[in-house]
Amino acid sequence: MGDLLAARSQMAVSLGFHILFAVVGIAMPMLMVIAEVRWRRTGDAMYLELAKRWAKGTAILFAVGAVSGTVLSFELGLLWPGFMRFAGAIIGMPFSLEGFAFFAEAIFLGVYLYGWTRISPRAHIAAGMVVALSGAASALFVVIANAWMNSPTGFQLQNGSPIGVDPIAAMLTPAAFPEVLHMLLAAYAATGFAVAGIHGFLLLRDSRNAFHRRALVVALIVGVPAAILQPVSGDISARYVARWQPTKLASMEGQFHTEAGAPLRIGGFPDVNAQRTRWAVEIPGGLSLLAFHDPHAVVRGLDAVPRRDWPPVPVVHVAFQVMVGLGTYLALLGIWIVIAAWRRRDLAADRWLMRAVALAAPMGFVCIEAGWTVTEVGRQPWVIYGVMRTADAVTPMPGLIVPFLVISALYCFLGVIVAWLLYDLVMRSPVTREGDAAATAPAAA
Amino acid sequence: MATAVALIALVALNAYVLLAGADFGGGVWDFFATGPRRAEQRVLIAEAIGPIWEANHVWLILVVVLLFTCFPAVFSGLAIALHIPLTLMLVGIVLRGSAFAFRSYGSSDDAPQRRWGRVFAIASVLTPLVLGICIGAIASGRVGDMLDRLPQRGATESFVSLYVTPWLSPFTVAVGALALALFAFLAATYLTVEAENAELREDFRRRALWAAAAVFVTAFLALILAWSHAPRMSAGLIASQWALPLHILTGIVAIVAIVALWVRRWHLARVAAAAQVSLILWGWAAAQAPYLVPPTLSVGNSAAPRSTLQLFLVVLALGALVLFPSLTYLFRLFKSDRARERAPERSE
Ligand code: HDD
Ligand code: HEM
Ligand code: HEM
Repeated sequence: MGDLLAARSQMAVSLGFHILFAVVGIAMPMLMVIAEVRWRRTGDAMYLELAKRWAKGTAILFAVGAVSGTVLSFELGLLWPGFMRFAGAIIGMPFSLEGFAFFAEAIFLGVYLYGWTRISPRAHIAAGMVVALSGAASALFVVIANAWMNSPTGFQLQNGSPIGVDPIAAMLTPAAFPEVLHMLLAAYAATGFAVAGIHGFLLLRDSRNAFHRRALVVALIVGVPAAILQPVSGDISARYVARWQPTKLASMEGQFHTEAGAPLRIGGFPDVNAQRTRWAVEIPGGLSLLAFHDPHAVVRGLDAVPRRDWPPVPVVHVAFQVMVGLGTYLALLGIWIVIAAWRRRDLAADRWLMRAVALAAPMGFVCIEAGWTVTEVGRQPWVIYGVMRTADAVTPMPGLIVPFLVISALYCFLGVIVAWLLYDLVMRSPVTREGDAAATAPAAA
Repeated sequence: MATAVALIALVALNAYVLLAGADFGGGVWDFFATGPRRAEQRVLIAEAIGPIWEANHVWLILVVVLLFTCFPAVFSGLAIALHIPLTLMLVGIVLRGSAFAFRSYGSSDDAPQRRWGRVFAIASVLTPLVLGICIGAIASGRVGDMLDRLPQRGATESFVSLYVTPWLSPFTVAVGALALALFAFLAATYLTVEAENAELREDFRRRALWAAAAVFVTAFLALILAWSHAPRMSAGLIASQWALPLHILTGIVAIVAIVALWVRRWHLARVAAAAQVSLILWGWAAAQAPYLVPPTLSVGNSAAPRSTLQLFLVVLALGALVLFPSLTYLFRLFKSDRARERAPERSE
C-alpha cells in the first residue's frame, strides 16, 4: 500500500468511525429529553428509567465521539499538512465555532449526567436541550467545513497561494445548505430508526413490555419525520452536485458520456474500461429530470474531464445506490408508520411492522457511511475541489501504513467493546409488562 | 494582533494543563494507588474527574483549532515533524478517555472495572510524557531545524534523522518526565482539597510532596540537559528580559506550595501549585518568544491573514461570553465546597 493510499484509508477509517458516534451525539440527547419531559408530565416512572438508560449509553458513546474527534482534528495536520497550510486560515472559522459548540455540549452533558438530583427539573431539562442543540450546532459547523472542500469560495488564487481570504464568504459556500440539511436529517433518521429497531426487535419477543413500547414511540417520533424528509433533501443535494460538481454526479450515476435526456440508472456496475454502466435498470430521461427538473437537459458525463480527474467511479456509484436504496426503504417505512399511527393501530403489536422496523435498525448508519463515501470519494482526486489535489496535500513522512494500522486496530478494539457494552445495557432492560403496577406508579426518584 | 492571538493560545494551553493536566495526574495516582485506602483513593479520583473531564479536554481542541486557523504553517509544520509522538499521544488520549467512560458507565462487575482501571491509569501516564516530549522538542529548536532542511534534504536524509531524532533526546525525555511530575503534583494537591476525610487527605498530601520532589529533580535535569541539547532554549531562559523575574517568581511560588502542603493549608497549596505550573509554561513561552517553532516560525511570519485573525477574535469574544458562565456553572455545581457537602451522587 502506498503512502497516499494509506493516508486516505486512515482518514476514511477515522471519519467513518467518528461519524457513528457523532450522529448519536446529535440525536440521542433529543430522545433523552423527550423521555424526560414525558416522565415529568405523566409521572410514568418508566420514562425516567428510559431517560436514565439512554443517558448512560449516550455518555459512553459521547466519550468515544469526543476522543475520536480529537484524533481527527490532529489528523487533519498529521496526514494532510499541505491542505491545512493552505486552508487553515480559510476554514478554520467553522472549526473554531465547532469548538465552542463542543464546549457547550461537554459542559451540559456533565451537568445532565451528574445533576439528576442537584438541580431543579426545569434546569435539568434545559441542560438536556442545550446538549441536543449544541450537538446539532457541531454538525452544522463541521459540515460547513466539508462543504467548502466541495465548493471552495472566499479566496483568490495567486501562484498557488490563497489571497484575499474572506472566512465568512467561505462559510457561505453553495454546498453548505444542502449538506448541512441532509446531514442533520440523517442523524435523526439513523439514530431514531436504530433505537426503534432495537426496541422493535425486543418487542417481537414480548409485545407487552412497557419499557420497550415507550422507547419505540419516542424513537419513532424523532426518526420518522426525518426519514420521510430525507429523499426531498437528497434531491436538493443532488441538484447542487449536478450544478457544481458535474464529475461527481457523473460518477454517482455511472454517466460516462455527455448526453441530453440522460437516463436514471438504478443499480448496475460501471465498467470503467468499457466506459459504460452494465446491468442497470434505466429510466429514460430520469436523470435529466431529477438533476435539472427537465427531462431533456444535458448531463455532463465523465468524458467532459480528462481521465486523471476521475474519481474511483464504481465506488461512488455503488455507494450512491446503497444510500438511495436504503433511504427509500426508510422513507416508505416511515410513511407506513404514519398511516398506522393515524389509524390508531397498536404499532408494537403489529408483527410485520415490528419486523420491518427491526430490519431498519442498521440502515440509517449504512446510509450515512455510504453517503459520505459518495461525497468524499466522489470529490477525488481533489481534496479541495478544482484547487488542490489530494496527492499534493499528504504529509511527506514515509511509512504511513504504520499509523494507519495502529489507528485501525485501536478503533476495531474500541468498536467491539462499545458494541458489547451497549448490548449489555440493552439486555438488562426492565421486564415490566404493560398494566403492571410499577409501570404506572408515580415517580419515586 | 497576531501576538494577541498567540497569547490567547498560550492561555488556552495553560487552561488545558491546569485542568486536564490534573485529570491526567489523577490517572497517575490511580496507577499508584496503594495502602489500606487504595479503593477509596480510586473512588475519589473518579468522582473528581467524572463530571468535568470532557469539558477540560476541549481546551486541547481549542488550542489545535486556534493553531490551524491562525498559524496554519505552524500547525502543519508540527504535524509533519512530530507525527510519531503526536500519534502516540492520540492513542493515549483515546484509551484514557474511553477507558474512563467504560469504567464509569459500563457494567459494574469487578473484573472489567479493574481492567479498565489499568488501561485508564497507563494511558494517563503515557499521554503527559509524550506531551512533554513534544514541547521539549519544539523548545530545543530541532523541530524547526528539521522543517528547514526538509525541502532540500527530505529525499536523501534517513527516516530516523528526520522523523525521530528531532523529538527524541535526553532533553525532551526529561521535559516529558517534568510534565508528568507536574501533572501528578497538580492532581495530588487538588485532591487534598477534594478529599472528604482526613486520612485520604493525608494520603494525597504525602503524594503531593513526593511529586513536588520529583518536579524539582526533573526540572533540574531538564535545565542541565538544555545546555547541551537545547542551547537556544537555555540561552533564551537566561537572556530574555523576562527570564530572571519569572524564575524568581516560579521559585517563590514553588516554595509557597510546598510549605502550604506541609502546614496543611490546602486551598493555598492548590492556588500556589496552579500558579507554579502556569509560570513554568509562561517561562518556556518567554524563552522562545517571538518564535512559535524556533528558530524560524515566528508569530509574525506564520500568522494567517488579517481578515481571519480579526474574525477569530470576534468569534472568540462571543464564544467566551457563552463559555465562561457555563464553565462557572459546571464547576460551581460539582467543585464548590457546598456541592461536596451533599452526598456525591451519580446517575447510577
Ligand atoms: C440516514 C441517512 C441518509 C439517507 C436516508 C439518505 N442520505 Fe444522502 N447522504 C447522507 C445520508 C443519507 C449523508 C451521509 O449524510 C451525506 C454525506 C454528505 C452529506 O451531506 O450527507 C449524503 C450525501 C448525499 C449526496 C451527496 C452530496 C454531496 O456530495 O455534496 C446526495 C446527492 C444524496 N445524499 C442524495 C440522497 C438521496 C436522493 C436520498 C434518497 C433517498 C438520500 N440521499 C438518502
Ligand atoms: C465534515 C467534515 C469532514 C471533513 C472536513 C473531511 C475531510 C476530509 C479530508 C481532508 C480528507 C482527505 C483528503 C481526500 O482524500 O480528499 C478526507 C477523505 C475522506 N473522508 Fe472526509 N471529511 C469529513 C467528513 C467525512 C465523513 C463523516 C466520512 C465518513 C464516512 C468521510 C469519509 C472520507 C473518506 C472515505 C475519505 C477518503 C476518500 C478517498 O481518498 O478516496 N469524510 N476527508
Ligand atoms: C474532519 C472532520 C471532523 C473533525 C476534525 C471533528 C472533530 C471533533 C472533535 C475534536 C470532537 C470532540 C469534541 C468534544 O470533546 O466534545 C468532535 C465531536 C463531535 N463531532 Fe466531530 N469532527 C469531524 C467530523 C464530524 C462530522 C462529519 C460530524 C457530524 C456531522 C461531527 C459531529 C460531531 C459531534 C456531534 C460531536 C460531539 C461529540 C459526540 O457527540 O460524540 N464531527 N468532533
